[in-house]
Amino acid sequence: MNRINQKLQEDKNLLSIYFTAGYPKLEDTVSIIQNLEKSGVDMIEIGLPFSDPLADGPTIQASSTQALKNGMTTKLLFEQLKDIRKTVNIPLIIMGYFNPMLQYGVEAFCKKCQEIGVDGLIIPDLPVDEFHEKYKTIFEKYGLINVFLITPQTSDERIKYVDSISNGFIYMVSSASVTGSQSGFGSEQTDYFKRIADMNLKNPQIVGFGISNTKTFTQATKHTKGAIIGSAFIKHLTENGVDTIGEFAKKILE
Amino acid sequence: MNYNTNEKGYYGEFGGAYIPEMLYPNVEELRQNYLKIMEEPSFQKEFNQLLKDYVGRPSPLYFAKRLSEKYKTKIYLKREDLNHTGAHKINNTIGQILMAKRLGKSRIIAETGAGQHGVATATVCALMGLECIVYMGEIDIARQAPNVARMKMLGATVVPALSGSRTLKDATNEAIRDWINNPVDTYYIIGSVVGPHPYPDMVARFQAIISEEIKWQLNEHEDRENPDVVIACVGGGSNAAGAYYHYLDNLEVKLIAVEAAGLGIDSGESAATSVLGKEGIIHGSKTLLMQTEDGQITEPYSISAGLDYPGVGPLHAHLFETKRAEFVSVTDDEAMKAGIELCELEGIIPAIESAHALAIFEKQTFKPEEVVILNLSGRGDKDLNTYIDYFGL
Repeated sequence: MNRINQKLQEDKNLLSIYFTAGYPKLEDTVSIIQNLEKSGVDMIEIGLPFSDPLADGPTIQASSTQALKNGMTTKLLFEQLKDIRKTVNIPLIIMGYFNPMLQYGVEAFCKKCQEIGVDGLIIPDLPVDEFHEKYKTIFEKYGLINVFLITPQTSDERIKYVDSISNGFIYMVSSASVTGSQSGFGSEQTDYFKRIADMNLKNPQIVGFGISNTKTFTQATKHTKGAIIGSAFIKHLTENGVDTIGEFAKKILE
Repeated sequence: MNYNTNEKGYYGEFGGAYIPEMLYPNVEELRQNYLKIMEEPSFQKEFNQLLKDYVGRPSPLYFAKRLSEKYKTKIYLKREDLNHTGAHKINNTIGQILMAKRLGKSRIIAETGAGQHGVATATVCALMGLECIVYMGEIDIARQAPNVARMKMLGATVVPALSGSRTLKDATNEAIRDWINNPVDTYYIIGSVVGPHPYPDMVARFQAIISEEIKWQLNEHEDRENPDVVIACVGGGSNAAGAYYHYLDNLEVKLIAVEAAGLGIDSGESAATSVLGKEGIIHGSKTLLMQTEDGQITEPYSISAGLDYPGVGPLHAHLFETKRAEFVSVTDDEAMKAGIELCELEGIIPAIESAHALAIFEKQTFKPEEVVILNLSGRGDKDLNTYIDYFGL
């Protein structure tokens, strides 16, 4: 079974952490993954940096720009990850925009992910329909889970459609926003979490965007399976470096 | 061969809507409604009335006698430079502001490079009394001060794009992010035939007034509807889309697209997308774009801010791939020389974008009996500083 599906069966709320590959330093990728696993995090999203990240706010944008300046590329990321499964067992997801994957070749990209032991992909600008028509069979061939996003504006009908073609979890964007722009959840968000929970979808939901501390993590996971932290973790890396990753995760999970 | 979009927004292999889910409801609302709204008689009436009374259409089709004598062919200039706000851009913003109103939106956002689309958007927002926010790269704000002032005078808020290379592509990213953050009340007026479906098709349809007029105007001049050649410059490609639109399926009409070569195709400082680009995704559309081997979008260069875009609309990628249009690139120097030549021969100061199209006559020979139409997309007032610096005037 795919590591993501195994993890989703555990009877607990999951903490997933996003970081940008090649940030703060080009060679930090492996050590960040190892430290995150050690600190008790449940899942990791490895951000493949892109020059024009449309869905990201300033924090993740800046980390992507820096990672590219540091010299990060798709090929290099795969090179850095080639022995990752010798040291970690945590589910790994690559999150990136579609153009770099398209240039690498979608099939070659998926094949490489399987070789390395990457479990899934999140591609915010690859539309559901396009995936369904052109790429679903390739993802399946290489045992990859593709994760789709829904937002408070997504219609029930479309949510059901997304649920029907998902095979892992649904990435629930907490509010209409780019990453890193929220400071807390109001009733509007918690109502939305509950509304989706009440739909009894076959795929569990994990909330992303706007989770930065224990409070928002607890709010987000009250009605869902887990939550993803991105910008707040990048900020932590910027300010404290990679050595204090354990403290960051511990504080959230307290 | 079909040169229009299919229902999914593809021109052949190009187009589509590669957008994050956060944008889906807005883009889908537009996709479901744009054709219906454009076909409504009340929309048609209001659009045409504004084009006539406010923009000053029809723009003249002018026989350029001295230019024709010099190049020994029959050259007509489609005078989009005479439109209100000085370029073809306003045809599209008039159309889209009426679209926004019918969709019940109260807040308008736009991106701009040189500021022409920003001014055209601020203008129609003032006309309709709607809030207007224009995203503009920090670097462009510094080098296009008069247009920034114009937008402010027209009541728009100009927000600097501080990310990436701080030019047009980043301003577009910021506008898209704004739309993600404001999904209910906001309408995004894109300035060219780029972006996710239905934008390329919708913008082309609003600009199609250009070739619609050329047909009857040419009939008056030459007793024929079809020219032999239509020439236009291409950045994103909206003026070209408008000038080609009603001739796309008429294969006897040769289409020439002029791109900006900047300092030269191989100089590393160029914006000639058809030569330097390959298939990829930019701003929600699959098209030809300039990028690294790794799929990172690269920064183009042209002396003309309006042609300084790393991609090209999906229609043009399709016209290039199918060889329906011939793509030619023109350097900064060639364009500037052609710009001055039009001043001297015809008493018209062209925008530097349009001057790129004019440079074709030094590169290609047309027959004396051929009727050649060149879309003069804008006037050169905005480029005065560039002309002054370049020629030491």
